[in-house]
Amino acid sequence: MPQLPGRGLIKGLGVTFKTMTQPAVTVQYPKEKEEPPTRARGVIALKEENCTACMLCGRECPDWCIYIEGHKEKRPPRREGGKPRTVNILDRFDIDYALCMYCGICVEVCPFDALFWTPEYEYSEARIADLLHDKDKLGEWMATVPEPEALEAGAEKKK
Amino acid sequence: MLALSLSYWQVTTIKTLVVLSIVPAGAIILGYVFLLKMMAHMQSRLGPMEPGGFHGWFQLIGDGIKFIQKEDIIPAEADRRVFALAPLVILISTFLIYVVVPSGPRLVVQDLDVGIFFALAVSSLSVVGVLMAGWSSANKYSLLGALRAAGQLIAYELPLVLAVVGVVIQAGTMSLQGIVHAQADQAIFGVHLVGNPFVITQVLGFILFLAAAQAELSQTPFDMPVAESELVAGFMTEYSGFRFLFFFISEFGTAFALAGLAATLYLGGWYQPWFRHGLMADLLGPLVLGVKVMFVAFLIFWIRFTFPRFREDQLQTFAWKYLIPLSLLNIVLTGILKVAF
Repeated sequence: MPQLPGRGLIKGLGVTFKTMTQPAVTVQYPKEKEEPPTRARGVIALKEENCTACMLCGRECPDWCIYIEGHKEKRPPRREGGKPRTVNILDRFDIDYALCMYCGICVEVCPFDALFWTPEYEYSEARIADLLHDKDKLGEWMATVPEPEALEAGAEKKK
Repeated sequence: MLALSLSYWQVTTIKTLVVLSIVPAGAIILGYVFLLKMMAHMQSRLGPMEPGGFHGWFQLIGDGIKFIQKEDIIPAEADRRVFALAPLVILISTFLIYVVVPSGPRLVVQDLDVGIFFALAVSSLSVVGVLMAGWSSANKYSLLGALRAAGQLIAYELPLVLAVVGVVIQAGTMSLQGIVHAQADQAIFGVHLVGNPFVITQVLGFILFLAAAQAELSQTPFDMPVAESELVAGFMTEYSGFRFLFFFISEFGTAFALAGLAATLYLGGWYQPWFRHGLMADLLGPLVLGVKVMFVAFLIFWIRFTFPRFREDQLQTFAWKYLIPLSLLNIVLTGILKVAF
């Protein structure tokens, strides 16, 4: 069937008209907020008790925006007569969000599940120096970490 | 009744004030309803929502206030007097169109016998202002934009005029008031219903008029003169502050005026079948005309927000190879039908 010339033009007019009659996809931001998806990369949270100050995240960070300081301490041995244990104590863990490019390599590389993505995104600051989140601030973000999604039916349970 | 008790200068003052207020008001209404809100919704967003409290109705007025406060910058190399005059020339051509558009049996500034001829003549005055603006800016983008605009306005002036000839043949008069009455009285191919809005018998002419008006207004499929990706803002590039505001008002004021012309020529103007004379007709006239103007403006801006821009050669081809032959055909057909019925 031969197509009418200008058929596409009419179709285009139809598209804009239809869009006009539908509600807008944008929201009025400060008044209403969109729910970011659970896996959104908003800010990185630190679970301090899991961190061993192994420095893997800091070394893998492409921007070098993670600052870690720690020291070793001796602890009493687990068994009677054993050698005293050495543990790493975390003194400082800062992420400079003015440098961070949200690649997520630190979260991937952490062997002890101490870093988590959270979808929170409202932490802009008037001063650029305030974008340096210290370990207390990063710990506060832990409250906003979403539960991991449920496993698919029939998936192997984690041991 | 009312007009008789006033002296000539009083009537003239009132008419002048009305036109002076309708042009910016029309520009603001079209700009707000279509440019800000309708375009936003066609792009699935909301547009301005905050200024003025209710759906951002104050946005354009606020913009106007902002423009007035700005410094009046004239480039060092510019031809100062011509540069300063150009926006006024364009604005005056906009104001003059309003002189002949009737919005009621007595609500017309001056019902000229050659009304439509006058309107088309003064609307093409704007090309002088555009050339003045482009030449005096001492800017290559301005000059190119002005030359493109001049070429386009002249090319599309022809189908605009030729499309109107069909209406004039059918109505037998060039007075816009006469054309409104002709549409009220005539029959559609011998059938008397509610008169004959010429959009029915002149449907080709209506489409041609709309296409040419779109180009006359430099609205988007035909906005090569102000193509921002290549010419910054065309002939308006060097303008800022209230001179830019003048360009804005005249662009949308002219859109309002041409929509009014289209409504008067093709959609029956202010006429509604219940009141032909007297106070009620004068009161209802502006409302009826306003609704039709908004409808025509909706068509213009709907097309504007939907289609991408023509290339320069496509733009000229469209006028000379398609619109002008079609409008000549329209005249011939109208002539034949006029004699036949």
